[in-house]
Amino acid sequence: MIFLKIIHFISAAIVQGIPLLFGATGEILTEKSGNLNLGIPGIMYVGGISGIIGGYLYEKAAPTPNGFLLILIPLLASMLGSLLMALIYSVLTITLRANQNVTGLALTTFGVGLGNFFGGSLLAMFGESGSIALKATGAAYRTKIPFLSTLGWFGDLFFSYGFLAYTAVIIAIVAGIILNKTRVGLNLKAVGESPATADAAGINVVKYKYLATCIGGVIAGLGGLYWVMDYTDGAWTNNGFGDRGWLAIAIVIFAIWKPKLAIPSSFLFGGLYILSVFIQVPTSWAREIINMLPYLVTIVVLCAVSARKKRENLPPASLGLSYFREER
Amino acid sequence: MDNVAIELRGICKTFGSIKANNNVNLILYKGEILSLLGENGSGKTTLMNMISGIYYPDEGHIFIDGKEVVISSPKDAYKYKIGMIHQHFKLVDVFTAAENIVLGLEEQGRFDIKAAARKVKELCDRYGFVLDPNKKIYEMSVSEKQTVEIVKVLYRGADILVLDEPTAVLTPQETRKLFDVLRKMKEDNKAIIIITHKLHEVLAVSDRVTVLRKGETIGSVATSEATVSMLTEMMVGAKVELNIDRTEPVNPVPRLIVEDISCVNRENVRVLNDISFVANSGEILGIAGIAGSGQRELLESIAGLQHLTEGNITYIDPENGEKKNLRDMTPVQIRDLGVRLSFVPEDRLGMGLVGNMDISDNMMLRSYTKGRGVFLHKKEPATLAERIVKQLEVVTPGIDTPVRRLSGGNVQKVLVGREISSAPTVLMAAYPVRGLDINSSYLIYNLLNEQKQNGTAVIFVGEDLDVLIDLCDRIIVIGGGQITGEVDARNTTKEEIGYLMTKSNGGEQ
Repeated sequence: MIFLKIIHFISAAIVQGIPLLFGATGEILTEKSGNLNLGIPGIMYVGGISGIIGGYLYEKAAPTPNGFLLILIPLLASMLGSLLMALIYSVLTITLRANQNVTGLALTTFGVGLGNFFGGSLLAMFGESGSIALKATGAAYRTKIPFLSTLGWFGDLFFSYGFLAYTAVIIAIVAGIILNKTRVGLNLKAVGESPATADAAGINVVKYKYLATCIGGVIAGLGGLYWVMDYTDGAWTNNGFGDRGWLAIAIVIFAIWKPKLAIPSSFLFGGLYILSVFIQVPTSWAREIINMLPYLVTIVVLCAVSARKKRENLPPASLGLSYFREER
Repeated sequence: MDNVAIELRGICKTFGSIKANNNVNLILYKGEILSLLGENGSGKTTLMNMISGIYYPDEGHIFIDGKEVVISSPKDAYKYKIGMIHQHFKLVDVFTAAENIVLGLEEQGRFDIKAAARKVKELCDRYGFVLDPNKKIYEMSVSEKQTVEIVKVLYRGADILVLDEPTAVLTPQETRKLFDVLRKMKEDNKAIIIITHKLHEVLAVSDRVTVLRKGETIGSVATSEATVSMLTEMMVGAKVELNIDRTEPVNPVPRLIVEDISCVNRENVRVLNDISFVANSGEILGIAGIAGSGQRELLESIAGLQHLTEGNITYIDPENGEKKNLRDMTPVQIRDLGVRLSFVPEDRLGMGLVGNMDISDNMMLRSYTKGRGVFLHKKEPATLAERIVKQLEVVTPGIDTPVRRLSGGNVQKVLVGREISSAPTVLMAAYPVRGLDINSSYLIYNLLNEQKQNGTAVIFVGEDLDVLIDLCDRIIVIGGGQITGEVDARNTTKEEIGYLMTKSNGGEQ
């Protein structure tokens, strides 16, 4: 039935969109402080592999794992991993005032490599099966809301996801409220727009940049965790996360730096990402073209965004620039 | 004395090899307006930045209400009720006035921007400001932005106010309004330091004057005992002649004919409307008008940087009298026609010079097409740079210093020097003395006069009406993108020009 198929597609698009949403929200917070963190794709890899390592160690140590700890340990491990990555970026760009683009790109290369390195090592340790599968952890992360998820199509559409999916949406909404309705948000935006102004107004620019970048990095890393624990059911494959991190950065622009807009944007991009699976296409070249869609949309959006004139929709004015108070 | 608001003793500050402040002493009393005078690069802004916590002094002591304090960040400055209005406004463009004003405040309770806007409104009413708290900064005029800066400082309850060249971008009317506000604040027993280059403003508004020269305190005098010549002498360290030596136009023949030109900006608003005039050789043509009336677009049209919707611009070659059309030409095409056009734009570091390049390399920007080889010829530009530094007394450690490290006035000298060095037949200068001290300003005026005597057609866009009247031969006044009048500079008054500036031909608005 076509209706159920559409519901199924939307639900699949949302699942695909959740890691993007984590990445986009994290990057929005970071960019609002004036830091263009292109290391987000790498951080998401590290968020994923750190979660895997945490889960692996716990599953090995506890023969009868506790459901709560199955969630908590990988979660903390993932957050710690992402935090360290974001800290590297912060120290280099904020304290040492290194070029943000170069630092970010290096961090992504590093993060992807780090993920694959530990992933490869774990694969070797698992030996015969040839893949890492943390069944118990994966199952814990995929626990759905009882009863509600069995409500037919309605349940499929709204209640068929693990808790991290709802967390992603909540984080995005909360981030939107903080940015627009609180003093902290106002100060953060000022730091990203004009650090000299913020500084002269008595705002601790360095503190805001550090906090925004680190919290943003941790949020983005959760996207990697969601991917390995929920989507792939606790399994790691090298390069499995693909280029989703870059899409997350594209969504930041698509959503004009607004976390609330990032929610539908992420689901849209998630849908484009898996469109080729849902549309029956006879030839492989047609499928390849459909696979190009997210990137084509990104390019079109970038063109459209650069033509936009409204000042509020432009990127933070000091994005990508480092700040030094006594600069003349 | 318990009437002292702030006292600085023995302040020193060094940037690299530049000693910006050397053993500076300054006293500011409550309920007074103190003028801080000094040439460009004499360390006024540096000193003020140390009071407001932007810079941290290398040596010296700061006393507030008789107690020694340490101001290591702008936050500390607010704690001691010091507020600074910077020359380059420190405002977030995409925020509203109210958002900018409450920015960084750590008030108790819920964040309520509407309540803040109300409080801003009350404050404005008390001091007689006109300000819409909900207007975005990017929609504001320069004077509105300045109002926001002042209200921001007052909102934080500042008792000591520092204003760094607040009048540089204001019209005479706006300046008068600002001074009224300052006097009102003075009555409130606030202590005010004002930095300005315009000596008549110093005499009009301040109670006392402190002069800095080359980073050192020269002395303080009561304004009532001060005269213009005395203050300049203190600033410069020697007696200076403050006369503009205006000669009769030298053999004036039409050089540039502008006929009925119009153009629109990106928002499709007409910024130039049917402008016609003739610029003669050997003559200085002044352009007066309220800032943003189309001066910038007019000069850019002639320089080939604006697309005209109507009209013609014709250049008459002085050698053979040949007429050349400049409309819809790029700057390169104009140069290839053999038109030696020099342009000193308003936006020095944005359009005129590259801030991160040194003085010598900036000279090459004008002549880069001359070279034919693969490698750069650095010698010629270096010689030119040396000459400009020497002739115009540019304060710099050397010609290999990046231009952005120089103070505003010195940047301007480099730019004007370069533009004049190409022996132009048409020289356009937009606000060439903005932010320059009196000595440098007269240096620039004399350079323009020299060009006039060489037979160059000089177009001078200025804001100081006294100067326009003393320097130019003819003055055209524009308002709202239209010419509202033309006067003979030798037989006009400030009042006449001021009236023409505010008069609009009815069509617009």
